[in-house]
Formats: sequence, structure tokens, C-alpha cells
Amino acid sequence: MIIAERKPFAEIKAMVAPYKKILIVGCGTCVAVCLAGGEKEVGLLASQLKLALGLEDKRLEIGEITVERQCDMEFLRPLCDFTADYEAIVSMACGAGVQFLKQLCSLQPIFPGVNTTFIGVNNEAGYYTERCRACHNCYLGITGGICPVTMCPKGLLNGPCGGTLNGHCEVDPAKECAWSQIYHRLELEGRLDNMKEILPLHPHDRCTTPGTVIHPAYKRRYGINE
Amino acid sequence: MTNEKPVINFTPKILALICTYCTYTAADMAGSARMQYPATVRIVKYLCTGRIDIIHILKAFEAGADAVMVSGCEAGSCHFLEGNLRARERVEYAKQLLEEIGLGGRLEMFEVAASDAPKWVAAVKEMTQRVEALGPSPLRRGKHLHPEVLEQLENMVQP
Repeated sequence: MIIAERKPFAEIKAMVAPYKKILIVGCGTCVAVCLAGGEKEVGLLASQLKLALGLEDKRLEIGEITVERQCDMEFLRPLCDFTADYEAIVSMACGAGVQFLKQLCSLQPIFPGVNTTFIGVNNEAGYYTERCRACHNCYLGITGGICPVTMCPKGLLNGPCGGTLNGHCEVDPAKECAWSQIYHRLELEGRLDNMKEILPLHPHDRCTTPGTVIHPAYKRRYGINE
Repeated sequence: MTNEKPVINFTPKILALICTYCTYTAADMAGSARMQYPATVRIVKYLCTGRIDIIHILKAFEAGADAVMVSGCEAGSCHFLEGNLRARERVEYAKQLLEEIGLGGRLEMFEVAASDAPKWVAAVKEMTQRVEALGPSPLRRGKHLHPEVLEQLENMVQP
């Protein structure tokens, strides 16, 4: 899932300072799981803003709403009528959600409430680590289920390099060497031959942003030639 | 805001979010034993401090509480195993949120065992002294707790 962190309160407060009536829109999927922008966090931010502005004798009317997914038209459309009454919007979704909300139903200024960080996993409550860089070409079948693009601090497709030391990386000794882990994993699986395979150049040409994916079943609908 | 001078005749209003298994029993015992302590706390009883959400704490401040105290079982003796440990994590985070908006120092977590009525009395005294030093919540300005927000809080707490 996408991991995000809530922006510092002072930054959010400064963004909404010129407005009298704002809507905070939460997202009930990834950012809710990583405790950054779900319904609860929307409530906390609204309460914090009310308290902070109350201390300054200012008044800010705050609407709170959380949709299932802000990256999905189906869930955003019904929100459009609702957003019109507000002077500004704070979206607690990832960067994709913020942009889609703005594109679909917001004529007023929109502000992000979180910093989107990476695609990662939920190790334990409140503890998230990166696992995927969405690089367009997955090597996990060859590398024993450990991603060299993400987990290797240098992002090497063929390793280990000369900088591995007792299973750690020369870039940052606190970080583990992904290629050392890949070696041990393949050894356990009896597939050490994979280490001899030279992975071809990564298709960086496909990584140009913004990316687009059209499912094969829908190519005709979107006028894409086979 | 927190360094405002104390107001004369100011009676702090402290909301105590406490666990029924330990602190509530201790508070009950303090009452039965006629122990004297300041009448500054309003108690909200929870089945476990693990049920306390940060939003409950923030709503209490919105309602005008001068301070909030959370009190649960001692570490290792939670009726639900680790509710008090979770509460402690949340209280720590809530402290950060309050610090960010300038209401630092008005939230504290205590651990009071069911048999430890004197500790409850000491905790209330400590919190009362702290609030007297900080002065009333800048949000209350001498007014009563806001009934509408109090009602919201009650609705949240009810299972």
C-alpha cells in the first residue's frame, strides 16, 4: 500500500490561514491504514485546527468527510456537490488522490495534508517499510522475492557489488545488503544458479512519467491499436 | 498561551479518563475512606484505557477542559493485557499534537492500581497544582464546559 506521513501541523495551518470555511477530505484506504489520512486523522486535524485557531481568537468552519478511495472516480463523483460550499480543501489522501480530487470536483484551492512517502508494508502498528518502487518491470521471480531495485540502497540489478560488508551496505551500514539477502534466500531455495543470470538493462524508457496503463480488455474502448 | 498568569478564584476543570478496573476502583475507595482531594476532576469511566482515542482528549480541550488526565492500570496488570500500554502510546502522541497547537503540559497519564487510593489522591493534587500554575485553558476563558461538545464526547465514549 501507499505510505504517507501527516504534514507538520504548522505547515497545514499556514496553508489554510487565509480561509474561513474549509473541507478536510480523508481517504479510507492506504493512508487510513498507515494512520496518516483516514477518518480518525481527519477528526484529529480538524480538532487541532479548531483548538489552535480558538487560541488565537479566530474562527474557522471545518467540514469533515472521508471517502473510500480518492483515487477512484466512483467514490469521488458523489463528493463533488459537497465540496462546492467550501473556500478551500485539504485532502489527506496520497498525491494521486489530491490531484484526482482537484481534477474532478474542486474549483477552489486544494492543499495536501500528508506527504506521500513510498509503497510499503505494514510491519506492525505504526511501523512501515518500503518494498516497491513501481519500476515497471518486476524481477522478484529471479531474485528470491527480494527486490533489488528497492531494497538495494544503490538499486543495483546485478549484485552484490564490492561494497557489501557482513551483510550490510557501504552506503549506510545501518542498511542491509539486498544482494547478500538475495544470495542467502536463493541458497535456501536451491536456486543459486539465478545469481549467475545477468539481468538486462532496466527499461527506463517505460519509466517516463506520467505512466499510463490500459488493460488489454479495454484497448478498443480507448482507441488503442493492438 | 500556557504562560498566562493564574486567575484569582480559578477552579480548574480537569477531565479524568480512567479505567474501571483500577483507577475507578481506587477513586471509589478514596471516596469511601473520606480521603480529601480537590474537587477539580470530572471522571469519565472507560472499560479499559485502551478504548481511549486521541480524539476524546482533543474534544475535551475543545469543550474547555483545563487539563486532561488519563489513568490506567500499572504496566503488566491490564485486565485486557495491554490496553494501558496502547493508551500510553496514544497519550504520548496526543501530547505532541497538543504541544503543536500551544496547549502543552495539560495532559498527563498516570498509573493507579485498584488498591492504591492514596496514589489517585496524589495524582489529582499534582494535576490540580499543575493547572493552577498554568492558568485556565485559554479556550475556556472562565466559561463553563461547552455542553454541545461534552455531548459529542459522551456519544463517542458510549459503546
